[in-house]
Amino acid sequence: MSFPWASQYEPKNGLTKFLDEKLPLPRLVYGAIGAGYPVPRNLSYMWNFGVLAGFCLVLQIVTGVVLAMHYAPNALVAFGTTEHIMRDVNWGWMMRYAHANGASFFFIVVYLHIFRGFFYSSYKAPREMIWLLGVVIFLLMMATAFMGYVLPWGQMSFWGAKVITGLFGAIPVVGEPIQVWLLGGFAPDNAALNRFFSLHFLLPFVIAGVVILHIWALHIPGSSNPTGVEIKTEADTVPFHPYYTAKDGFGLGVFLLLYCAMLFFLPNYLGHPDNYIEANPLSTPAHIVPEWYFWPFYAILRAFTVDFFFIPAKLMGVLAMFAAILVWFFLPWLDKSPVRSGHYRPMFRKFFWFGLIPTMAVLFYCGGAPAEEPFVMLSQLATAYYFLHFLVILPLVSSIEKPEPLPYSITEAVLGSDKKAVLGENTTPAV
Amino acid sequence: MIRLFGILAGLFFTVAVMWSFATGAFVAATEGLGEETAEHAFHEHPKDLHLASDGVFGKFDKAQLQRGYQVYKEVCSACHSMKFVAIRDLADLGYSEAQLKAEAATWQVPGIDPNTGEATMRPGLPTDYFPSPYPNAVAAAAANNNAIPPDLSLMAKARHDGAAYVYSLLTGYQEQPAELLKEFPGSKTPTGLHYNPYFPNLNLAMAPPLTSNGQVTYAEGNPEPTIDQMAQDVAAFLTWTAEPTLDKRKQTGWPVLGFLLFATILAFLAKKQVWSAVKPSRKD
Repeated sequence: MSFPWASQYEPKNGLTKFLDEKLPLPRLVYGAIGAGYPVPRNLSYMWNFGVLAGFCLVLQIVTGVVLAMHYAPNALVAFGTTEHIMRDVNWGWMMRYAHANGASFFFIVVYLHIFRGFFYSSYKAPREMIWLLGVVIFLLMMATAFMGYVLPWGQMSFWGAKVITGLFGAIPVVGEPIQVWLLGGFAPDNAALNRFFSLHFLLPFVIAGVVILHIWALHIPGSSNPTGVEIKTEADTVPFHPYYTAKDGFGLGVFLLLYCAMLFFLPNYLGHPDNYIEANPLSTPAHIVPEWYFWPFYAILRAFTVDFFFIPAKLMGVLAMFAAILVWFFLPWLDKSPVRSGHYRPMFRKFFWFGLIPTMAVLFYCGGAPAEEPFVMLSQLATAYYFLHFLVILPLVSSIEKPEPLPYSITEAVLGSDKKAVLGENTTPAV
Repeated sequence: MIRLFGILAGLFFTVAVMWSFATGAFVAATEGLGEETAEHAFHEHPKDLHLASDGVFGKFDKAQLQRGYQVYKEVCSACHSMKFVAIRDLADLGYSEAQLKAEAATWQVPGIDPNTGEATMRPGLPTDYFPSPYPNAVAAAAANNNAIPPDLSLMAKARHDGAAYVYSLLTGYQEQPAELLKEFPGSKTPTGLHYNPYFPNLNLAMAPPLTSNGQVTYAEGNPEPTIDQMAQDVAAFLTWTAEPTLDKRKQTGWPVLGFLLFATILAFLAKKQVWSAVKPSRKD
């Protein structure tokens, strides 16, 4: 769908007329992220993170391609070529730190993007498909990041690969053959490193493809907004360009400032010292931890410490860890409240701020901590709440809760109810 | 229907994890939270160490790096390799090309006899990497009571608080405290190991490498080579070997941040300008 008041692309000179006739790429861009895409006028800075995530993907691909020119995916030399990049390649240290910290910042913006979606129920009709594709992107990102972390072939690379592929070993009967098949051997070695490199190079382009679908699906209903009230008239919208290109430009500046401060002054802060030790299959690190962005899910994995009837504890942990993300796929159908925005949902809002957010913080902290008390018990309580929140509380709250009154329109929410002053002549109703 | 299945699945996971919780809580209540270990009770965090390269404006102190290199060469290199650092890299420490060539020649590196093709040793060139003291890992283990001395190239990045850890470890050797043996009678330092509270499991295979003041003779104009000073110098040197590009990284960072700050302010003003027409202040 396109809004009837969306401005239409008009080629101005011979070249653009020629292009528009043969391959209307400028028209596509104009309609997708140009003046031809009407966007709610009331988007907050929480709506900056989609563009920032797209920027991070490009950043990772560009730095990654350069790194791949100097890196060798061979277990004998992988660690050494990583150091070669850090020491001998011109600006190689910057490329590698940009890529490693870029992954962290990619996850930071994507987590903010996802939690924005939770609070404003961006997954609800008519935007279910955007949400589903978003969860697919997140899963692909996790796979890509995991395999990328293996490439430097440090101690955490090796043992992380061993632990994570070991998860498949928990599947009854077929688990161990699957694990051997995935690794190309009984433990991570050259075969595993080679295929991880190949897939780590491939998956970002798969992500880019799904991102295109994600944005395409977004353009059918248009962007949601902080009130959750759909666009009614032209007065509710502004064209994406220049309004949101300008706002995203400022957001990008702030993002780059934080990112570069990290890259140039604390580049190893988010990493683990053990990954500067070359992989050694004979020496197990005291605490094997994944990268910080996996900690909440790692905490869920480790929360299941005893067998549950006939289900072994390890399998239960693996099931729960995958379920913790898969449950996001069902959110559009679990949360039936007709109101989208958390601003108008008093009960939902309380569970979000005092339930989900502290739970994620506890899971995050416990996932990075050693598997000792009190962290294990804390992560068990948090895991219980995590599943209750999405699968029990959310469906029930949407039935019991009495939402607060919604504004009549986006414009009213922005400017108060004096419609004459705002609507002016632009009162074309939306189709 | 989806909601019903969802609620059932949610209760399933909740009950399963609470089952684990209840079991853990029962064990904790009846048996306590696990036994205290000597490693946990007596391990100490690294001492404070201040290096010229610390902080966002810090730069390497070249004189200190040269002293640290001397300590590495005369003490550490007897057992520890430094395989990712090339002799040419020492140019960063302020050596001239002629000095580098002379310095390289003081190292014996494995080579091939050009006439016979046999393995031999030859004087080093600046392009050589620092040679390992042992021909292979088996030889290293055999010479060191089965504990292979780790490569030092990345030591300062491969431990928490790397430089401070190196400094603390080198100056932290001591007699095993009497309280430790009283509390944990089974934790006596085994023969051949050395007690050091800065090492994670408290007992270290490496004998104290810096044993007396003046063990290394520094050139004139340098501080006294006390054990503490030598330990600091070698910690500074290993900070450099772990990341020779550290100075360049920080020097690059400031103009980048300056430019980004300027660009971000411009972007903010542009955003304000663009939005000024459509964003009157809220009425309520």
